[in-house]
Amino acid sequence: MTAKKMALIATKGTLDWAYPPFILASTAASLGYEVQIFFTFYGLQLLRKDLSDVKISPLANPAMPMPVPMPVLVQALPGMEAIATTMMKNKMKSKGVASLPQLRDICIESDVKLIACQMTVDLFEFDKNDFIEQAQFGGAAMFLGFAGGADISLYI
Amino acid sequence: MEALVNYDKELDARGLACPLPIVKTRKALNDLASGQVLRVMATDKGSVADMQAFAEQTGNQLIGSAQEGPAYVFFLKRK
Repeated sequence: MTAKKMALIATKGTLDWAYPPFILASTAASLGYEVQIFFTFYGLQLLRKDLSDVKISPLANPAMPMPVPMPVLVQALPGMEAIATTMMKNKMKSKGVASLPQLRDICIESDVKLIACQMTVDLFEFDKNDFIEQAQFGGAAMFLGFAGGADISLYI
Repeated sequence: MEALVNYDKELDARGLACPLPIVKTRKALNDLASGQVLRVMATDKGSVADMQAFAEQTGNQLIGSAQEGPAYVFFLKRK
């Protein structure tokens, strides 16, 4: 029985958007899927060696649950982004949710292939050395070679 | 039912949220020989459906499940 395949495209780099690709990938890998994730645009932030900079902003996130109602003008104040990020990270920790580095390591251990979009790396002039060594570099055509045969293809 | 199921290894995944119970279960099962039984404890409410789905999709049999206070207990047989 050939393994099922899952192809994910990760285009976002904030804390709330970082979890879905890594959770889906690690779960699928646990179920026997062969998984590849293509990181492009802001998704590239998730391939950095240091993930501590991945943040979340309450601004323009009206669906984000807040412990107290917070007017937009307050959300835009300096420091609010850091507060929201810390609050979310602490909440995740207290509920037993894995940290982002931990989840990414699980993916790597489970042979999930992490591919960085060469084009957007060049576009933003990112330094390859800022990315984890397990990241491979490639383009859309390369990724479509795998995605074309995938049972599940998701865009995040 | 709890006392009747013999198990070869135990995994305590209590307090851990999705996807950790499944990920750790897969890892723990890999260390067992075919036919051996893994006992998993989890508090994640989604783990009930997840363990069943995991068993169906991987061929590792879910031979029993129970509830021990706030924790769910699962018995999985390595295929």
